[in-house]
Amino acid sequence: MNKRYLLSLIAVIVLFLISYLGVEAVPGSKWLFGIVIPYAALIVFVAGFIRRLLTWSRSAVPFAIPTTGGQQKTLSWIKPNAIDNPSSKGAVFVRMLLEIVTFRSLFRNSRMKLREGKISYQLEIFLWVGALAFHYAFFTVLFRHLRFFTDPIPLPVRLVEDLDSFFRMEILQDFIQIGVPGVYLSGLVLLAAVTYLFLRRIFIRNVNYISLASDYFPLFLIFGIAFTGIMMRYVLKIDVTAAKQLAMGLVTFRPNIPQNVSSIFFVHLFFVSILLAYFPFSKLMHLGGIFFSPTRNMRADTRAVRHVNPWNYPVKVHTYEEYEDDFRDKMIEAGLPVDKMPEPQEAAAEEEEEPAAPPQEPPADAADAAAEPEEKE
Amino acid sequence: MSDLPTAEEMLSGLKYRPPSTDWMDVPAEIRKGIACYAGNPKSLEVLGFPNPRTWSCFDDDWQLPENWQEIIHEGFKERLEKFRSFKVFMDICVRCGACADKCHYFIGTGDPKNMPVLRAELLRSVYRNDFTRVGKLLGKINGARPMNYEVLKEWWSYLFQCSECRRCSLYCPYGIDTAEITIMGRELLNLLGLNIDWIITPVANCYRTGNHLGIQPHAFKDMLDFFCDDIEEITGIRPDPQFNKKGADILFVTPSGDVFADPGTFTAMGYLMLFHFLQEKYGLDVTWSTYASEGGNFGLFTSHETMKRLNAKMYAEARRLGVKWILGGECGHMWRVIHQYMDTMNGPADFLQMPVNPITGTAFKNAASTKMVHITEFTADLIKHGKLDLDPSRNDHLKVTFHDSCNPARGMGLFDEPRYVIKQTCKHFYDMPANAIREQTFCCGSGSGLNAGEDMELRMAGGLPRANAVKHVHDKHGVNMLACVCAIDRAVLPDLMSYWVPDVDVTGVHELVGNALNLPGQSDRTMNLRSEELADLQGTAEDTEDETDEEK
Repeated sequence: MNKRYLLSLIAVIVLFLISYLGVEAVPGSKWLFGIVIPYAALIVFVAGFIRRLLTWSRSAVPFAIPTTGGQQKTLSWIKPNAIDNPSSKGAVFVRMLLEIVTFRSLFRNSRMKLREGKISYQLEIFLWVGALAFHYAFFTVLFRHLRFFTDPIPLPVRLVEDLDSFFRMEILQDFIQIGVPGVYLSGLVLLAAVTYLFLRRIFIRNVNYISLASDYFPLFLIFGIAFTGIMMRYVLKIDVTAAKQLAMGLVTFRPNIPQNVSSIFFVHLFFVSILLAYFPFSKLMHLGGIFFSPTRNMRADTRAVRHVNPWNYPVKVHTYEEYEDDFRDKMIEAGLPVDKMPEPQEAAAEEEEEPAAPPQEPPADAADAAAEPEEKE
Repeated sequence: MSDLPTAEEMLSGLKYRPPSTDWMDVPAEIRKGIACYAGNPKSLEVLGFPNPRTWSCFDDDWQLPENWQEIIHEGFKERLEKFRSFKVFMDICVRCGACADKCHYFIGTGDPKNMPVLRAELLRSVYRNDFTRVGKLLGKINGARPMNYEVLKEWWSYLFQCSECRRCSLYCPYGIDTAEITIMGRELLNLLGLNIDWIITPVANCYRTGNHLGIQPHAFKDMLDFFCDDIEEITGIRPDPQFNKKGADILFVTPSGDVFADPGTFTAMGYLMLFHFLQEKYGLDVTWSTYASEGGNFGLFTSHETMKRLNAKMYAEARRLGVKWILGGECGHMWRVIHQYMDTMNGPADFLQMPVNPITGTAFKNAASTKMVHITEFTADLIKHGKLDLDPSRNDHLKVTFHDSCNPARGMGLFDEPRYVIKQTCKHFYDMPANAIREQTFCCGSGSGLNAGEDMELRMAGGLPRANAVKHVHDKHGVNMLACVCAIDRAVLPDLMSYWVPDVDVTGVHELVGNALNLPGQSDRTMNLRSEELADLQGTAEDTEDETDEEK
């Protein structure tokens, strides 16, 4: 069994036990799990996130190194690919927007197959679909949760709620109790997408090989968050009013622990707190990092507009004068123009020992002739 | 090289099955056929690089300075501050695996550490240990590990199995560019005097003599004279190239590989003919330089500083000669340096003028600041304006496909210019499938200084995806010529073709131009630039000609 995945799973189970048993068994711990930890987690999240962004922005961008994914802008009659080889700020904005909103680069994904000596590349859309489903479902769920932090609930939140719960309601009504409160599609999609992202780490050999504990941990944690959320809503049917009261207390800085909040809610909240606190120190920072990626966020008009390196420094070069000093006699003999005619005695002193390699030899011998590497097999 | 497996053996040995052992517990195997030889101490001395000594990558002891771990740590730290790319790319990878099968070295070797993500993890694991608290706390389970000898050898091994082609960065949802990571990693290795000879000796040569091959000025001129002899024999016209000429309109810089070995030499002959034509017909004044006689820049494969030291010659020579602007020949990584680094490193080029083609009046506004124009941009503009006298029928025996070189593709976006020039000089052109061309193009397998002789197995493996796509158009359309705009390609693709697709030859785009170009006053052209009789070639081409001519 894979140790990395097991350890992550155990970590999340332990987190569950800490919060569940803590709330159940230790009197007064609801304050800890319902107020202290969420506040602390939020502070760590915000401070950590900002700190990480600052660290990135403090690193210099010495060179303009966009990855060009299409035709450059050159001759007037050649059609440039404005988005993948952006030569203006507006085009970079569009490139970034598509990258962030549609995961455009991931959409290129293909899978290589080698069969009977032939290599083929098939469009591999599942990772893209899975990633989109995951992120959009997560975002929708987050947005929906604004209903717990606002009073009255803003119209957009209610609209999203209605939309989210609209589709499945009728279909799922046959099931015993599901469907009564209106099933949110986003929650189910999130759970499914997390499961998919987990399974591909288990079953795709190469992905399994590269996966770290820090790749599994957030998946288990998010699975835990989604799962507890769904349980609360459809199965355990917790007191939503009490939950909202707690949430409102947190955002209005009048924290209080209402009576009827069930333990599973504290588990849910604890998982979210852990995710928040973990976020800035983990790969989840790709959320912020994508905006800083020099291969995507820079203009590709690098020959038209000069990019300045803030730490550019002078380097030692072999000047023309030094070069001519090395080869002046040979240049004169070959009829090549020189800047400085030699003094008689200087001319006699300058002798180059090695003849240049003759043409028509493989380059291997050429480089060798100049420096004679020791090891040759 | 007798150890090189046959193409069949290599294919049948290919497995994409990672071992059951954790990758951190699999030590790097540095073996013949894959590894390149260590850098020559003399070359390091020429450049003033640290730790020059005779060593071998197959030895246990690499003769490192005592405080080598500290040097790496400090170097790592410095680069995290100096390069946002490095810092961000260390932090944000989610290991989704989208890059895994995009790397030609992974496709060709099946070695999981050739997956771009894992190549980067080699450095990231040390980064986590040295620079993140959580990483250090959780240790190996979270992919962190301290730097040690084994790790260093693993770095060296796999950083010289990456050709900095950037294909992975195209597919990465965050644009993480393994080339960037390899560049940083090689910089760090160089701090310890760890390099490969195939890179460091050309760098030393280039520094001193002006070009990678160490061709001295008089020999450089001799070689071009030799081409002029050939051109005279083939066309009856002798070009008269100018060298180091002050006050010329344009300085021409191209990789020295093309004045040195076939088939690049035929491309160099193409340039000579083109410039001769333009001088005769329109009075264009182009000069070559023996000082800036290298377009390529193996400094890119060494360190940013070395790249700058070598690149400085182009502007210095342009300023000394007082030319208006610079024209650059066909080369891959040279154009990455020119397009994305040169102006920043050694500019501003305010002593040059906005490049304008005096014959067509076209202003190359895309090069307004750097003031250096790609030869296919220049030639495409000339052809579009009808300024060249072309007879493509001399290329009728060719069925051509085009290999986009990595750097002009993903570090520039030069796609349609060379294709236009090819289509105007050849009747039969067939592109390879979309997954293997343009921005998705595959490396020749020998880029970034890995075109040595001792790593032939790696080169043939890394070139498999490219060769496989060539084979596809060869089988389907009878393609017999692989065109490219890169001197390393011209040096290495013939080996790759003879290994995987033996009936396909390799050419530069300007060899095709040279063959099609009519020189004023020329004699009857019965031979191509390779001194092959056209009548014979047409005969054999007609035998194989069939129904596959749907595309022009």
